[in-house]
Amino acid sequence: MIAVLTRDLRLAIRAGGGFGLGLAFFLLVAVLVPLGVGPEPATLARIAPGILWVGALLACLLTLDRIFALDFEDGSLDLLATAPIPMEGTVAMKALAHWLVTGLPLTLVSPVLALLMNLPAQGYPWLLASLLLGTPALSMIGTFGAALTVGVKRGGLLLSLIVLPLYVPTLIFGAEAVKRGAQGMEATVPLLLMAGITFGAGALLPFAAAAAIRVNLR
Amino acid sequence: MELRVQDLTVARGGVPVLERVSFTLSAGEAVILRGPNGIGKTTLLRTLAGLQPALDGAVSVPPESLAYAAHADGLKAVLTVEENLRFWSAVHGTDAVDEAMAAMDLLSLRPRRAANLSAGQKRRLGLARLLVTGRPIWLLDEPTVSLDAASVALFGQVVRRHLATGGAALMATHIDLGLAEARVLDLSPFRARPVTRMPGGFDEAFA
Repeated sequence: MIAVLTRDLRLAIRAGGGFGLGLAFFLLVAVLVPLGVGPEPATLARIAPGILWVGALLACLLTLDRIFALDFEDGSLDLLATAPIPMEGTVAMKALAHWLVTGLPLTLVSPVLALLMNLPAQGYPWLLASLLLGTPALSMIGTFGAALTVGVKRGGLLLSLIVLPLYVPTLIFGAEAVKRGAQGMEATVPLLLMAGITFGAGALLPFAAAAAIRVNLR
Repeated sequence: MELRVQDLTVARGGVPVLERVSFTLSAGEAVILRGPNGIGKTTLLRTLAGLQPALDGAVSVPPESLAYAAHADGLKAVLTVEENLRFWSAVHGTDAVDEAMAAMDLLSLRPRRAANLSAGQKRRLGLARLLVTGRPIWLLDEPTVSLDAASVALFGQVVRRHLATGGAALMATHIDLGLAEARVLDLSPFRARPVTRMPGGFDEAFA
């Protein structure tokens, strides 16, 4: 299973692998929103948690269809399905690779972008914590969506429609945690609820995604 | 080590294509599937590989003994020849990359990216993957597509060596691999009768 992970990471950082696509998108959102909304610090500080979380979510969404589509097209997915590694393990590793390539860099770069959005200082730890806990759920749910649409040509739209509603709870709790944290309020409850979603998704969705792939390969 | 197929009925897109196929493939044997286009050679091989369910019948085979080689080679264009093979050997927990490259005459291409290989070279790399799986029964779907005569002969030798070491091969091919001992299984008699109604009715899609 480590072999699947290292291969996916290697593919991502080689030319045309899509590493940095989500990151660049996140960066653009955070740079463009202050230009569009206007430079008033109070307004920016108020919308910062929501904008940062929506930006991170859409950046994750952008690279989802690559998770399985490329392997499906070149036949690797068929061969992986006949390999001794259980499909559930392959799916989990692919989700992890997606998170390492998009979710983790997004989390690490978010304090810099929070500065652009004038997020109050006490919100930074909450922003980091919520993204660190929340983006794995985005990758795992997205992997499940990608598994459902793997055989569909140009399945990107369908994938977005399936995945977006499933992203909503993570978005709400994540943005809520940052908002409360920035206002100096207690924010552990939304953070814990979001962590619950993440761990639940990580525990259950590999099985659902593997089943979806087996059906789609028929 | 034996692949035993009994009364197998396979379907493509829910429509039966082959009915009541029965044969046995023992160690050291090669069987060549013959039949016109569309008769279901690929569907039969995919069913045996476990990628799709059979409508009826039974396949008995030791677990984890099948290596499937499809039309698509499953190569990553940005990885080198060696990296591609190393990945599959890691997945299968074997370490026969150098032997596989030597057998398919790929040693000189080792550091080359798969994107820069010719169609025939890609095919040779795809077939070298069979050797790193370390599995005894090979299911080959048109293995000789885009190979030149020398490469076909090379692959024929590889298959023969595999058979000599207790392996077995089931292949769908129109080209003679130079395997005089191979049995030919003509699939034409097993062609499914056309059906007007889905076998399981409407619910078949949800079965």
